[in-house]
Amino acid sequence: MTKKTMTEEEGIVGRGNRDGARLFREWFGELTDTAENGGAAAYVFVMGSLNEILKSFDLPVVFPEINSLQTAVRHAAHDYLNEAEDYGYSPDICGYVKADVAMQLRDGDHPMGRLPKPTLAVLTNACNTYIKWAEIWERMYSIPVFTIDIPGSREAGGQTWKGNRDFENDRRYVEAQLRELIEGLERVTKKKFDIDRLREVLGYANEMSAGWQRVLELNRSRPSLFNALTDGTIYLGVANGFRGTEEGSRYFKELVEEMEHKAAGGIGTLTNEEYRLTFIGVPCYPIFRRFNELFTEWGGTFVHSTYLYFASGGTNLGFQYDLAHPIESLAEGVLISVRDAMDSMFHQERMLERMIDEYALDGIIYHPIKSCRTVSTGLADSRRYLSDRRDVPSLFLESDMMDRRVVSEAQMKNRIDAFFEGLASRRRRAAAPGKE
Amino acid sequence: MAYAAGVDVGSTQTKAIVIDENRKIVGRALIDTGANVVQAAENAFEKALENAGIREEEMEYIIGTGYGRYRVTFGNTQVTEISCHARGAVEMFPGTRTVVDMGGQDTKAIRVNETGEVIDFCMNDKCAAGTGRFLGAAAVALDIPLGDLGATALRHQRMVRISTTCTVFAESEVLSWLGKGKKIEDILWGVHYSIASRSAGLLRRVGVESEVTFTGGVTRNIAMIKALEERLGMKLNVSDESHYIGALGAALFALDHILASRAPRPEATETKP
Repeated sequence: MTKKTMTEEEGIVGRGNRDGARLFREWFGELTDTAENGGAAAYVFVMGSLNEILKSFDLPVVFPEINSLQTAVRHAAHDYLNEAEDYGYSPDICGYVKADVAMQLRDGDHPMGRLPKPTLAVLTNACNTYIKWAEIWERMYSIPVFTIDIPGSREAGGQTWKGNRDFENDRRYVEAQLRELIEGLERVTKKKFDIDRLREVLGYANEMSAGWQRVLELNRSRPSLFNALTDGTIYLGVANGFRGTEEGSRYFKELVEEMEHKAAGGIGTLTNEEYRLTFIGVPCYPIFRRFNELFTEWGGTFVHSTYLYFASGGTNLGFQYDLAHPIESLAEGVLISVRDAMDSMFHQERMLERMIDEYALDGIIYHPIKSCRTVSTGLADSRRYLSDRRDVPSLFLESDMMDRRVVSEAQMKNRIDAFFEGLASRRRRAAAPGKE
Repeated sequence: MAYAAGVDVGSTQTKAIVIDENRKIVGRALIDTGANVVQAAENAFEKALENAGIREEEMEYIIGTGYGRYRVTFGNTQVTEISCHARGAVEMFPGTRTVVDMGGQDTKAIRVNETGEVIDFCMNDKCAAGTGRFLGAAAVALDIPLGDLGATALRHQRMVRISTTCTVFAESEVLSWLGKGKKIEDILWGVHYSIASRSAGLLRRVGVESEVTFTGGVTRNIAMIKALEERLGMKLNVSDESHYIGALGAALFALDHILASRAPRPEATETKP
């Protein structure tokens, strides 16, 4: 009996990571087949991928941001970055862009397979680099580029919601652009848009968003159930690549089941969870595992990260599409989700104020990165805002998401060790007899 | 009598301090680190023991700090120099609330509370501009011994502004100013002022609160003390022993361990797992 229970437990615990890795391999396998057969592919970005519409046209999607970060995780990014710099790109340009440019120069060669060339690109204004990046493909391949302008107040806490006149204007503005996108896709793919197929895709997307929201909420458990930095990045890959698919929907249902099982059994990601942390920014992919170990060695674990918000395109909100009005509702969902993705990059301080209590955070790790001004610029303001209001220690760690030339593990370790020494000292002081 | 030691293995020099259980410094040593870091730590420790006039068997607890802290192979544990400089500075100057530590390869700004606990800190990133190494580069370019830099710079009349932020390029900039006929002391004061400006920026990031204590090897440079005081608009706490402050902090953490092991209380210093 014990043996059976163990086997069942081994089956469910860690299933999300195993299945995520498998789905990833399958996805890149399909992309390789597409590349070799000269098939069509859509290039998209994680914030506002519009995967729902593209999937309804059965277009394979390529996420250049994910391709690029995979080169860093697989310790190959420097080759790609050097190649783009040899070609003429400056060391100061976004590492994701440069790795992608080198991949294009190498005819799609990637450590996980081969990537198809873009037939078209779809992007939003969530990141200003997206626009310049897509222009590179436009020049290289003369492909159509569809840019969706997502309006929204960038004033913290100034968002409008359904029922508000401004919101309705914004929603209609997005809807008009989506209808233009659909017409454009009909022209490019020479396929007729099928609204029932879109309904089906939206249904799966609904299940995925609800599951993702639930998974994130479940990590409020103590001990935490997954590491937001390492495990969370695997879940993100599925959330993006498989959005609106049956496999994606099944994956998130099973992931919720895994997390509920772990929560019920008190099965944490660390055997000894000492410090609960949140990670603000984009991970340090060149030393991805080691970076995390620098924290776990001290009993620190990332229970939360804004990366899981903006890099999932804001689907963490769990927005549910109204299948009776697919396009209208998709416009509403895109508006709300992409806006939230941007807020979690530019105005994360307000959500963090809440998260400190909801996730019982002991510390905040800010990770400004050299090659991304978009996510890094406001972090100093965020830190000051929070330090004025909440007594939660934070650490600023500067490195990069792609470029190992500006990642110094020894310097990072020194800062991280000092941060934990401070956390330990605070804890001792708080526990000392006679202290308030 | 129990003794505790701190060994601070820096990029340029290694410092060792021995204290007794009354927190009195009884021995010290300072040597160049060189290429053999393990040997440097051992040599500094042995010299400090000799200076204290005690035997190694009398030493109860040793803590390594600095970039080479994991190379203090005879030490009991390690604590970062950030925590050690904070602790040592408050021990030496109890009114300290901000610490600026300027060493060979990095500069740190640390805000501390009255017990020497770190509240916040900030360091230069991935670049030696604004550190002792920057001064070293200027000394080489001008062919002046490192120990004479401060006194020479204080003889300046007009400052030559050094605009580069790169240690390597600083050397070329210094040479170009020499080529334009600028005086060595004016150029050197510019070098000091440039470093002080960068350090003041780090200090403002953590918040400058009086008293400010200056620690690390560059405290022996009188022009840097003056330049920093000018940039911050306040006097700094500095002593002849300021470059030992990191090692002193490490020794105090070591003493915590000794005292905690005697008392029926939880251990007093968190150590690296």
